Amino acid sequence: MTHPAKIESTASSSLHLKTYLLILLMVIFGPLGNVMLGKGMRSVGAVTVRTPAEVVPVFSQVFTTGAIWLGVASLIAFFVAYMLVLSWADYSYVQPASAMAYAVVALLGHYLLREVVTPIRWMGVLVICLGVLIVGHTPPSTTEAS
Amino acid sequence: MLREVIFYSLIVGAGTGGELCVSRAMKTVGEVKDFRPAALLRVFLRALRLRWMWLGLVMMTMAFLALLGILTTENVSLVVPVTALSYAAGALGGKMFLGETVTPRRWAGVLLVCLGVTLVLIGRP
Repeated sequence: MTHPAKIESTASSSLHLKTYLLILLMVIFGPLGNVMLGKGMRSVGAVTVRTPAEVVPVFSQVFTTGAIWLGVASLIAFFVAYMLVLSWADYSYVQPASAMAYAVVALLGHYLLREVVTPIRWMGVLVICLGVLIVGHTPPSTTEAS
Repeated sequence: MLREVIFYSLIVGAGTGGELCVSRAMKTVGEVKDFRPAALLRVFLRALRLRWMWLGLVMMTMAFLALLGILTTENVSLVVPVTALSYAAGALGGKMFLGETVTPRRWAGVLLVCLGVTLVLIGRP
């Protein structure tokens, strides 16, 4: 017969494992989606729409850009992972835990888009990560699921 | 400047509000334990029957369109950290809307996030 404490411990590690896995997916797909959208929209250029008729060519240009579709697909993958993890974990736990995304965005922006990331901005990203790390060390669940 | 303020407000306000609504909807659906495609489809269909989910999706769409708009002129490594202000809005929303306990330690973390966001803005090239 399996001890109840052992069953509880196994259930808890399984919960942690699936939480970490989904957060990992969020951290990969969220920044990737943002960077690809950034790349796509900057290839489109600044949008100025004066009449409703001007909306059509802009939409056509936006949605025939491959990077934008890749960005949208990545953000959908991010959202699916986000929805699933929120079915059992606290919003205030999941939100900070996905903070590693900020570092990933800065790295992708720097290396893929060749954007200038100044030392003070790197420091900002680090402070953000430290802040969300502290938030992430508070109790992950403070409410009961309805 | 006004354009940026409006867009950033939408990204933070509508984005966080939408996520809070989605969070409430998913808590109503309950913990997902079966990850087979058919079971996941059933979860999504169940979630789509909830008003909170639709409200969340509309608000998140508004935030997404604002993000698209701002990305045409701003660097992605500046835009995304600015949305970290959502942590402050998220902590407040989690406390008031979802009934979560936000401890002083959690608030300290949120303040650090806000400081980080300020550094990102100051460090604009």
